[in-house]
Amino acid sequence: MLEHLPPLFHVWAYLQTQPLLGLTATLCVWELAVWVDARAGHSAVTNPTVLAIVILATLLVVTHTSYAAYFTGAVYIHFLLGPATVALAVPMFDHWQAIRRNFLPIIVSLTAGSVVAAGSAMLIAMAFGAPRVLVISLGPKSVTTAIAMGVSQALGGQPALTAVFVLLTGMFGTVVCTGALRAARVHDWRAQGLAAGTAAHGLATARMLGLNQAAGAFGGLAIGLNGMVTSIALPLLVALMGL
Amino acid sequence: MVRALAILLICQLVGTVVQEGTGLPIPGPVFGLLLLLAWLVWRGGPAAPLRGTSEGLLRYLGLLFVPAGVGVVTEFQILRDNALALIIAIPVSTVLGLVVTGVLMNFFLRRADA
Repeated sequence: MLEHLPPLFHVWAYLQTQPLLGLTATLCVWELAVWVDARAGHSAVTNPTVLAIVILATLLVVTHTSYAAYFTGAVYIHFLLGPATVALAVPMFDHWQAIRRNFLPIIVSLTAGSVVAAGSAMLIAMAFGAPRVLVISLGPKSVTTAIAMGVSQALGGQPALTAVFVLLTGMFGTVVCTGALRAARVHDWRAQGLAAGTAAHGLATARMLGLNQAAGAFGGLAIGLNGMVTSIALPLLVALMGL
Repeated sequence: MVRALAILLICQLVGTVVQEGTGLPIPGPVFGLLLLLAWLVWRGGPAAPLRGTSEGLLRYLGLLFVPAGVGVVTEFQILRDNALALIIAIPVSTVLGLVVTGVLMNFFLRRADA
């Protein structure tokens, strides 16, 4: 039995340098996560993205595989984030009439909420003495992951940290959005959707879409708009805070 | 589909060239998004293949985040060291963002309807 181990180790060592393993593992774990999420009735805690990340991270730790080795394969999926970000223009175009009709209210409400969310997160982290890289990585956490990671990298944050913060924000926002908005006496569905999309991107928007069509549409619109507003406002905010 | 993918990549490429050329801290793909949106508004909408490819990509957006998210394995230390700050910063800022956006938009819409 033991004499078979060296060749196996050799195969394992070889696979670690190749893209095949990381790519295959990512797709298989994703399929598994989607299946679990469907079985659990799409609850907020079984979001397939979060599940897949937890499973893959656990696999890497257990098998002592470095993230760099995993990423040689996963990079092929990661690369598609760029064109997918550009593709957000299509759903935004679909909302173009709604944007034009309420342009000023949307821009004012969204920019105010966006700056307050990013600014308060960074100020709280600074008050606790968090390092600069963490504070900056927190800034774009309300934005959809593809844009948030780009903004984080451009400002000197850590995109992987930002990805985690975006997910945590989305999960928390999904759970509290309806309750918090009701408590603040926000009754208009369009306003609720815009708030959910601005503060907690696609995860909270998916929840809104399940409740009301107009709320879902305004949520989708807020995801794209907040991505653009944050990429412009956050560099100014970071400079203003002396980071 | 290949042409649609080429259009998305050209927008991203132009966006990246603008970003690198101007040194602005705005991600290239966001410039690309703006560019494509302007083009769609001017053209009056996307052709069927571009819509199909875009919606296909966006349907799997959740999968595309996974490789970067797994990068958390390299960040356990900084997360543990700042756990308290994060446990307060993320919920408080998220609720503030929700309420500020919602209350303002609700106010504007009610005034517009009145």
